[in-house]
Amino acid sequence: MRHVGRLAVALSVSFVILAVGFSLSNGQDKPSKKLVNRGEYLVKSVGCGDCHTPWKMGPKGPEQDMSRLLSGHPQDMVMPASPISAPGPWMGSFASSFTAWSGPWGVSFTRNLTPDKETGLGDWTEQNFIATIRTGKRMGKGRDLLPPMPWPAFKNMTDEDLKAIFAYLRSIPTIKNNVPEPIPPAGQAGNAK
Amino acid sequence: MPNSSEGSHRRFPRIITPQFIRTLGVALPLSFLLLCSFVAALPRHRARPATLSETGLYSEISTKTIAPSNLMYSPQYPLWSDGAKKKRWIYIPPGHTIDAKHPDDWVFPVGTKLWKEFSFGKRVETRFLEKVDGGTWEYATYAWKEDGTDAVLVPQEGFPNHVEIAPGVRHDIPGIDGCRACHEGQGRDVVLGFNALQLSPDRDPNAPHAEPFTPDMINLKALAEKNLLTHFPARLLSRPPVIEAGSPLERAALGYLSGNCGGCHNTTDPLSSVGMFLKRSVNRSPEAMAKELESVIGHRSKYQIPGLGAGDSYRIYAGHSEQSSVVFRMSSRNPYRQMPPLGTKIVDTLAVDLITRWIEEERTTIYETAHFIHH
Repeated sequence: MRHVGRLAVALSVSFVILAVGFSLSNGQDKPSKKLVNRGEYLVKSVGCGDCHTPWKMGPKGPEQDMSRLLSGHPQDMVMPASPISAPGPWMGSFASSFTAWSGPWGVSFTRNLTPDKETGLGDWTEQNFIATIRTGKRMGKGRDLLPPMPWPAFKNMTDEDLKAIFAYLRSIPTIKNNVPEPIPPAGQAGNAK
Repeated sequence: MPNSSEGSHRRFPRIITPQFIRTLGVALPLSFLLLCSFVAALPRHRARPATLSETGLYSEISTKTIAPSNLMYSPQYPLWSDGAKKKRWIYIPPGHTIDAKHPDDWVFPVGTKLWKEFSFGKRVETRFLEKVDGGTWEYATYAWKEDGTDAVLVPQEGFPNHVEIAPGVRHDIPGIDGCRACHEGQGRDVVLGFNALQLSPDRDPNAPHAEPFTPDMINLKALAEKNLLTHFPARLLSRPPVIEAGSPLERAALGYLSGNCGGCHNTTDPLSSVGMFLKRSVNRSPEAMAKELESVIGHRSKYQIPGLGAGDSYRIYAGHSEQSSVVFRMSSRNPYRQMPPLGTKIVDTLAVDLITRWIEEERTTIYETAHFIHH
């Protein structure tokens, strides 16, 4: 009889442990495959990779380096000073990788969109991502996003679309790539430091 | 074969009976009343007043006489605004109170208004916040006329580079988006700088740029005496809130960071995902406070200080201000690097000196504070 009682207690404890574990695992908002697929469709349709995936020279000309999918300007690609220095009909220039852009705003480098916690969007929330696109400021509160990021067009997307894009970005391979910070135009106040 | 009149009766059955008309007579007024109450319940987005004088700040704008219902206040740890002299007022509608159950995060009644005046030698702008029906907040900024007779509503996008405040530096009057970037998302309501810590009667004498407290200002004690607070913990009235710190220098440093960085870097803002908590609480457990300090002190920085090796940058590294990204970024006005990222174009050198001294001179105290709070 005592064995039966112990068994009942053990079973109860096991059940509680499993139930808690199950509920916790379900508590994490894992996006559905449908949402991720929708996000992939959108990312490919609006061309995020055109700037956020570095380009390389392939047998048929420039092509996206898919081993660096959406990882932004390569940290080891140090750019020389921009050739455009005077105002005129040529407003800007861009790197062969399509990840560094120079213009009146200075020099911008496309960011690492992979889920890497140190160098990418790993510690961003869905809310941070949507706020960024809606406001044109990092996480909705930080520095301005810079050209050529077309956030004024993307901000018209629905929340559902932006959530899908974020879900897809969370699903892609993590790449550690510390993109340099933007460089302000020469002569701008506070440029010294 | 049916005649034509019988055919038309079949197509249009006679429903307009006396009973139908009586029913309609009752239903129509009822529907009208329902519709009216629905419309009345909708949040009202009134047009913002065209001039500052229409917002109710002054009883007589020609003499700059503030309406007696508006209460002047001064947070003990003010936000740095490039050296602007600032004045602030709040209006709480009669018969209403602030819900102060959460001392760090008050909820204001509908009808609350706040004003903040910015002067650089002369009045430049006055910002205005109003909580309207439905609980939403309206934002407006007013640019003072050259002759100082009144201030006019600034367009939604603001007035960038409005007035020169230092050689080569011009002050931006923010647009609505700029207001929202700072004020929204950080708490239960959008008001910054009006809470238990900021209004404590036990003011920090070493707080940078704090205006002296004058008898015509309100503080926590005056708010309580005027019965403008409900659910406020009595213990914080008998023992006014003070930042717990190991030294007066550290108290001022933590207070400055709370007032200038804690608006975004706190536990409730969407930016909490960054995991850096600088807002000092008067209501959190010692364990939580210690944990918040640990999110900054001795914590490696995701931002890499240029010129340092990978992994050598910290948010704050006690004894090593040159490796502390907080100091580096508050010392910068590179627009892509600076902190805060908006609202300032001139480095607050007094504050940089304060934070640097705290980090360099009080290396031991910094760690002891975490220990002191923790135990």
